[in-house]
Amino acid sequence: MPGVPLQHFLVVGLLLFVLGLYTVLTRRNAIGILMGIELLLNAANINYVAFARYSGAPTDGQIFAIFVIMLAAAEAAVGLAIVLGIYQNFASIDVDAAHALRH
Amino acid sequence: MEPTAVSTLRWIPLLPLLGAVVNGFFGAAIQRRAGKGAVAALAVAPIAGAFAFALLAFVQLLGLPPEGRVLLDVVWRWIAVGSLQVNVAFLADPLSCTLLLVITGIGGLIHLYSAAYMREDDAYWRYFAYLNLFTFAMLVLVLADNLLLMFVGWEGVGFCSWALIGFWWREPVNTTAGNKAFIVNRIGDCGFVLGIFAIFWTVDTVVVRDIQAHLTLLDGRMVWGMPVVGLATLLFFVGATGKSAQIPLHVWLPDAMQGPTPVSALIHAATMVTAGVYMIARLHFLYALAPGTLAVVAGVGAATAILAATIGLVQDDIKRVLAYSTVSQLGVMFVAMGVGAWSAGVFHLVTHAFFKACLFLGAGSVIHALHHEQDMRKMGGLRTQLPVTFWTFLIATLALAGAPLTAGFFSKDEILWQAWSSPHGSPLLWGVGVAGAGLTACYMFRQIFLVFFGESRVDPHVAAHVHESPAAMTVPLVILAAGSLLVGFLGVPEAFGGANRFAAWLAPVFATGHAEGHHAVHAANLEWTLTAISVAVATMGAFLAFLVYQRRAVSADAIAAIGGGAPYRLLLHKYFLDEVYWATFGRGVLLLASIGGWIDRRVIDGIVDGSATLTRGIARLEGRFDAVVVDGLVNALAKATGALGGRLRRVQTGNINTYLYVVVGTVTLVLIARLF
Repeated sequence: MPGVPLQHFLVVGLLLFVLGLYTVLTRRNAIGILMGIELLLNAANINYVAFARYSGAPTDGQIFAIFVIMLAAAEAAVGLAIVLGIYQNFASIDVDAAHALRH
Repeated sequence: MEPTAVSTLRWIPLLPLLGAVVNGFFGAAIQRRAGKGAVAALAVAPIAGAFAFALLAFVQLLGLPPEGRVLLDVVWRWIAVGSLQVNVAFLADPLSCTLLLVITGIGGLIHLYSAAYMREDDAYWRYFAYLNLFTFAMLVLVLADNLLLMFVGWEGVGFCSWALIGFWWREPVNTTAGNKAFIVNRIGDCGFVLGIFAIFWTVDTVVVRDIQAHLTLLDGRMVWGMPVVGLATLLFFVGATGKSAQIPLHVWLPDAMQGPTPVSALIHAATMVTAGVYMIARLHFLYALAPGTLAVVAGVGAATAILAATIGLVQDDIKRVLAYSTVSQLGVMFVAMGVGAWSAGVFHLVTHAFFKACLFLGAGSVIHALHHEQDMRKMGGLRTQLPVTFWTFLIATLALAGAPLTAGFFSKDEILWQAWSSPHGSPLLWGVGVAGAGLTACYMFRQIFLVFFGESRVDPHVAAHVHESPAAMTVPLVILAAGSLLVGFLGVPEAFGGANRFAAWLAPVFATGHAEGHHAVHAANLEWTLTAISVAVATMGAFLAFLVYQRRAVSADAIAAIGGGAPYRLLLHKYFLDEVYWATFGRGVLLLASIGGWIDRRVIDGIVDGSATLTRGIARLEGRFDAVVVDGLVNALAKATGALGGRLRRVQTGNINTYLYVVVGTVTLVLIARLF
């Protein structure tokens, strides 16, 4: 797709990042926040891949993107485990319920 | 000649010291476990051993040629500072050997006597510890080869004298007497020390033999307008007046009679009080260079001899009579020293030790028999009940009074003759000596008649129990009485056909200070005449006592009333010297003390209190500063920290969204900052 310029990819990535950030900031549901984080990571992936496509060293960015996907999987596993722990302790997955360290 | 080095002399003082240590530290336990006999044996044995060693020294000296008769035992180096080189060294020459035999011999007899006399006393061990310690100190004094070591012994005997006078310390009068003796002696000691300083300053040594060898260093040395040798000898004589109870420092000796009677015999008659005479004899070569001092010595001695004898006439205490007699006889010895009759003075010292020790021990026997009654007005007629005591007392009295052929006769006659004929002597000194002899005979026979003759005035309760003393007390009496009779024959003057072996024995010591060699030719006729006069005067004195106290031909009260009784009161109060001393020195010291007390209370205390108040004021100010400034600063800091913490902890909300907003906001701000 040589006809699609780099800026389009960046705009898509930006939109995706803003959507993810909005999700993270506004959700109180822990699962929702995790999903927003996934959006953020994928926005970064798009940027990586797009820059890689339009630069002289196409493989570097793609390898980074694969690393990020792998990291996102690990992060989701740990994050979901934490959410489970929160749920067991507070019978809720609302992040405001877990404020025991506040005082 | 060089002295012969030996190592046996040290045992003479060391044995009594061992005895004193054993009885002093373990005596109480020994007395409890093994009884008083063991304590007495432990005390007498060292003296007997010391006597044996003294005899050994005597034999060794006899084996040497006369001019080389000096034994020296250097034990260890004591002080070595610059030119002051002092050894603990003991020296025996004929003079010190004579004293050694007297101290250990008569001292041993008195120890033996004490074993019985003190039998009733609980502090038996303490008594013997002191007595042995005294013997040790006296032997050190006599044996010392230098003035410093001599001073050690000199102080040692003073201390033991103090301890033994106040031996029965529960009676305040006894401890007061001890203190008086100690303090009066201290005045004399001051002179002795200054004398040592003066000698060291000029001759640069304190060793007696070295001083003698370097006498030329003293030639022409002056201090404060007088020759050093004159000053030094005068200072030494001040020491001698203290120790030997000469006017004006004689006041302690009569009071010293508060001690146990054997102590009076040993310390206050036979040995310690003769230390002054010995010291002058030891330093005779200095005195020979100081005719002015010799005149003072003779004058003081004569005055003491006559004044003490007059006081002795009116005393009622059996021991006080003897005490004044001792003072008087010491005066006679100082007359001998003052006219340069060294060996005659030492001879009288020896004979006096015998008969005065015998008299004191006899008095002790009487006191013992009468259950501690000392007042002669409550005695009388004891002749038959105490026969041994009576006969020995009589013999010693005859010797003291100078009855022909007794010890006192020869020694006193020699002194009187020298007092007349020596270049330093004069008929006046002789006259005083003869008058003293007459008074001596008078008060001694007064005592004999009051104690042993006439009808008994003894308390009837006591009279029933009067008995002769045990053998341990009578044997020393008999030996001493025999000595009083026989010792005189050691020194029969040439005029009476004798060889005067005593003077010949001492001659090597006194060879240098040849004051008495000038009149070697005894004018036999004159000496016979003078002797006859002195014997006649003494007989008259004794006869007077016989008339007054035995025949009652003249009433004693009538004699006391002569001149309105004033002379009698003067004598009874001992010329009021104690009162004068109290009024001047005693009150003077009290005045000084009260002035010192006032200064202490007003000035010193004021300064101390003032500084305390000042310190308290400063402390109060500092407290204020601490409470307000320092504490305020610390508290303010703590409050500020707390407030800051209170503010900051709001940041930690626990709300993840808040954190994320902050993160995003911060990143945004950073990006904006980067862009512009």
